[in-house]
Amino acid sequence: MAEEIKLKVSIDGIPIEVASGTTILNAARQIGGDIVPPAMCYYSKLEGTGGKCRTCLVKVSKGSDKDPRPMPKLVASCRTTVMDGMEVENITSPDVVDARKAIVEMLLINHPLDCPICDQAGECKLQDLGFEHGSAQTRYEFDRRTFERIDIGEKIQLHMNRCILCYRCVFVADQITDKRVHGIIGRGDHAEISTYIQNVVDNDFSGNVIDVCPVGALTDRTFRFKNRVWFTKPVDAHRDCPTCSGKVTLWYKGADVIRVTARKDEFGEVEEFICNTCRYDKKETRDWKLEEPTPISDQSVIASNHYTRFNPPAVIENDPVLQEQNLEQLARTEKLK
Amino acid sequence: MQPLSNRKKVLEQKPMNFMERIYFPAIVKGLSITLRHFFKKIPTIKYPEQQRPFSKNFRGQHSLKRDEEGRERCTACGLCALSCPAEAITMIAAERKNDEKHLYREEKYAAVYEINMLRCIFCGLCEEACPKEAIYLDGPHVTADYLRKDFIYGKDKLVEPKFDITKLNS
Repeated sequence: MAEEIKLKVSIDGIPIEVASGTTILNAARQIGGDIVPPAMCYYSKLEGTGGKCRTCLVKVSKGSDKDPRPMPKLVASCRTTVMDGMEVENITSPDVVDARKAIVEMLLINHPLDCPICDQAGECKLQDLGFEHGSAQTRYEFDRRTFERIDIGEKIQLHMNRCILCYRCVFVADQITDKRVHGIIGRGDHAEISTYIQNVVDNDFSGNVIDVCPVGALTDRTFRFKNRVWFTKPVDAHRDCPTCSGKVTLWYKGADVIRVTARKDEFGEVEEFICNTCRYDKKETRDWKLEEPTPISDQSVIASNHYTRFNPPAVIENDPVLQEQNLEQLARTEKLK
Repeated sequence: MQPLSNRKKVLEQKPMNFMERIYFPAIVKGLSITLRHFFKKIPTIKYPEQQRPFSKNFRGQHSLKRDEEGRERCTACGLCALSCPAEAITMIAAERKNDEKHLYREEKYAAVYEINMLRCIFCGLCEEACPKEAIYLDGPHVTADYLRKDFIYGKDKLVEPKFDITKLNS
């Protein structure tokens, strides 16, 4: 692009200038805050994602300066590029709020709602979406479609029940790993993620499908039922890895690393994809150089009961004189323990 | 000193009259009150043998419930431990084996479930948080004990005993 053309758009009344070719969703993300439409399938690090889940629907109340007519239907903001003078309504439009509620209901039609069991609970995008935009009751009375769990290789488990068919994992397999062995077969209601004869995903970067999955459909088998996400403490760490950047988040329970994931930004997207060695094989603190506790939003359940410092200061100051005097009492209480 | 409020009462002390001075009527009056109490209904009960009914919203010892087929309802989702303001609950989850389907309701269950009764404040938030209706504070008072370790109740004390629902009415 020789000349940088800046286009003026306003999203929920907030004006911003963005480069041409930017989608409405990315323009909203540049503003940030509440007006960012939620996205289940769009992933900025992967080409070609978006347009499948319809959660990012917005209303364009003014097409552009040249053609000020509104767009006739709600548009998917991850796929629609901005025009000069475009006016977009997201949370200010009751149509959008209604449509999003309907979309959540639609996504949840076949979702088993087994959050108490699911390892993704606590960091699940569908949970957040349902909590913010969904209704408390389901109107669906029929049997949900069910599948058996499938082990994709030794480290990844596929729960097809929970899948919302966002295709993110397929794009990861296509773009990050060199040879994909899994994809989506079937059409419509019969569509499912499958590996054809359950081929083992043995690429160095195959583990990233776990991180990009917005729901608990693809989960880490080494972390299966180990602990709930909100009882673990995320810490940023890095190591010199020959295959990937080596920048990860370690999830601690006590002194043990029970899970390694890639670092995620505020929209829940992976910053840099990590390799399988970092993810599965380096689960000791000595393998890593710790940086700092991962910043977690106050709104997140993961932030509950967490301290922001590595070693919180002692509640009582250490007093040797007092300890000497209380030796007898200490012995008595120890005996009763 | 000036009184700060007007609640202060000034006592009047008068010399006792004849009836008061012989004390006998007062003794009779006092004894009659005592005697009357012998024939009154006793308000106290002999506690451990005899127990008063608890109020409907009484919160006592926790119990982990079973479903109608006798399987444990708890799926170790951790919401009770998360909601617990006293951080009294800990659990370790495990995966159900194929031959344990009659024991546990869901594919995940609590292999270890401990409540520290000294920490517990019986607020009932765990009961409210539970998505599986697995924990209720419907037991009696937690009994006293001598050692701290005995107050950490495991599944042996918390899970309700098995019962056969078909024989419930017979």
